[in-house]
Amino acid sequence: MNFFRELTRKPWLASDGEIVDLHDGSAFALPKVTLGLRVFLVVASVVFTLFFVAYLERMTLDDWRPMSEPWLLWLSTGLLILSSVGLQWARVGARRGRLDVVKKGMAIGGVFALGFLVNQLVVWQHLVGLGYFVTENPANAFFYLLTGAHGLHLLGGLIALGRTGNKVWGVHEVSTVRLSVDLCTVYWHFLLAIWFVLFALLLIT
Amino acid sequence: MAEVARDDSDYVAPAEVPDVELYHAKSWITKYVFSQDAKVIAIQYSGTAIAIGLVALVLSWLMRLQLGFPETFSFITGEDYYQFITMHGMIMVIYLLTALFLGGFGNYLIPLMVGARDMVFPYVNMLSYWIYLIAVLVLVSSFFVPGGPTGAGWTLYPPQAILSGTPGSGAGIILMLISLSLFIVGFTMGGLNYVVTVLQARTRGMTLMRMPLTIWGIFTATVLALLAFPALLVGAVMMTFDSVLGTSFFMPSIVQMGEHLEYGGGSPVLFQHLFWFFGHPEVYIVALPAFGIVSDLISTHARRNIFGYRMMVWAIVGIGALSFVVWAHHMYVSGMNPYFGFFFATTTLIIAVPTALKVYNWVLTLWRGNIHLTLPMLFAIAFIITFVNGGITGLFLGNVVVDVPLSDTMFVVAHFHMVMGVAPILVVFGAIYHWYPLITGRMLHQGWGQFHFWVTFVGAYLIYFPMHYLGFLGVPRRYYEIGETDFIPASAQDLNAFITIAALVVGFAQIVFIWNIIASYYKGEKSERNPWRATTLEWQTADFPPGHGNFGDKLPVVYRWAYAYSVPGHKEDFTPQNMPPSEVMADSGGTAGAAPQPAE
Repeated sequence: MNFFRELTRKPWLASDGEIVDLHDGSAFALPKVTLGLRVFLVVASVVFTLFFVAYLERMTLDDWRPMSEPWLLWLSTGLLILSSVGLQWARVGARRGRLDVVKKGMAIGGVFALGFLVNQLVVWQHLVGLGYFVTENPANAFFYLLTGAHGLHLLGGLIALGRTGNKVWGVHEVSTVRLSVDLCTVYWHFLLAIWFVLFALLLIT
Repeated sequence: MAEVARDDSDYVAPAEVPDVELYHAKSWITKYVFSQDAKVIAIQYSGTAIAIGLVALVLSWLMRLQLGFPETFSFITGEDYYQFITMHGMIMVIYLLTALFLGGFGNYLIPLMVGARDMVFPYVNMLSYWIYLIAVLVLVSSFFVPGGPTGAGWTLYPPQAILSGTPGSGAGIILMLISLSLFIVGFTMGGLNYVVTVLQARTRGMTLMRMPLTIWGIFTATVLALLAFPALLVGAVMMTFDSVLGTSFFMPSIVQMGEHLEYGGGSPVLFQHLFWFFGHPEVYIVALPAFGIVSDLISTHARRNIFGYRMMVWAIVGIGALSFVVWAHHMYVSGMNPYFGFFFATTTLIIAVPTALKVYNWVLTLWRGNIHLTLPMLFAIAFIITFVNGGITGLFLGNVVVDVPLSDTMFVVAHFHMVMGVAPILVVFGAIYHWYPLITGRMLHQGWGQFHFWVTFVGAYLIYFPMHYLGFLGVPRRYYEIGETDFIPASAQDLNAFITIAALVVGFAQIVFIWNIIASYYKGEKSERNPWRATTLEWQTADFPPGHGNFGDKLPVVYRWAYAYSVPGHKEDFTPQNMPPSEVMADSGGTAGAAPQPAE
């Protein structure tokens, strides 16, 4: 749907009558839940964008002392990529009607996502051990804040993934879970993209 | 407005819309408490919002008592006064107006007006209310913690919000920040429902450009809120870190009572940017639903199609977009770059253009209309007058050179109360008088309603007109007690006392209104099915008041826009949106094939 073209309609005119009659109640050719997720992703994007803007603004002040990012963050990145790959595999499997592939893909996605979260906690512990306390410097504070916000989003995703997994292991027909698997995968890719931006921001500053 | 021309050859059967899978409550608890029915959730939202709004009303009385009669009430201390100001402002803006317009009216009206059985995600919708309730309870709990609620002012500016000199700087501010965060999470859940329901769950024939303006207003306001509330969330989370963990996101180096605090280097202005990036769209989050609702009230009660429907929709969308580029006009005195001030003053003046268009269109809708001075119409007219008043003083304050001397005076208080306090509340009242029969099946008592209207409308002017004058005199806002000064004449105090008496009387009228709502529910005159003879779908339901699933066995089919009032040749002076074309004309019986009529 072209939203702005829609705004130019004059449904009271005969020339627009047919279009009106054909209208089926949806602005987009999407399932409702898919649009719901997309709207949520926009909201989450705004949250992270504002965090990033605040980060970039705050780092211009004199007291900013950049952190040195531990190599463990590269491991986190790898784990999250593998998690996304696993879910993409499940998504492809769902489209092809392969329930076994869906199960494997989701299991891989879930395990690597958990691994990512555990590794993030290890990174936090490691940094605290090195004396990078949250109050020491705004760069430290932002690190814990941003990674924490990202981790919380992933934790929420894991709850949804668990519910979807519950459904997947209880059905015999892939078509009933295809949409749920699809939505989980989109959410995972979104969080991976956010992580790339976040990690790049940490690396270049 | 003309019907779409049809004859048998060009008529195309409307596409089917798949029915929504409806949740059916299985017990009293799931029907009335943990309900997934948007109508019940709307009542829950509204009841909670009005209840907490009454707390804010009492706080305003206490403030006014102090201002009107200083050194009279020993139980109101300076600390109390700041806490009253803060909680009054935050409750009114967020927990009352936002919750009532979007959670209350949004939930009740969206599914009914677009022809849906319910919101698209009823479970998430239910969660939205309960999280909102928890947010309210957390906020209320701050009255009972040591130190009391925060007294930082509703803008919660750091550094003072979390410094020990400010009342409620311990638990109070933390509970406020937690409550706001919860509110935003809850609202996001509701907002997803409102947006997706409007976009994806309209009934057959209900194109976007056939939607009532009420829905356009609520829809656009919801989009604004979904994009603006994250800024408040980010600010609240970062300030919680500063307050609880001792970080310095916003906290600069500070010496307090000779002691150098551990904070250092933070940017208070960064918080101001985040706050107002939310705060200004918030004005329109409240105003746009009011704009939409008042359009429908005026059209229905003047028996006239809304003037310039498309222009009204564009104006709503345009105002929504522009509202994101004006935020720093709240920060002219923050020391920002003067070029920024010029930019934001310009955008602020530009936003007046679509807003003025709307005002013209409301007035032109009334022009030569068959105006019925019902209570909803009285409130609608009062809204137009008040909104113009408040809007014009906004133009004053939008200009940097005028704003600087008026900043932090009572003029600002008078301005924003008129434009985003009184004006939207007048619409809330009008809307309640309009839709109360739909919700309860009974009419509100007209006599008490007239009393409520006149006292509220006239009283609001007695309160806020003198307040503008106090602002010109230089009377500052947020002062517990002014005392004697060289520049404020003693007579200003008399005016303050007068305002206080007016405020108490207006507050009393609201108690009468609440009483009317409760009493009429039990003893009010029974309403007809469609007492205002309105065209919109919420009045065309199978049951009256609408029952579970809203529309009986079949969803309605929409054939026209929502403003088919007094159309020449039609049987009645209103033609419901779902009335088939074959039944519309005065001489029908006729078949589908109403003669084309001139458009617009």
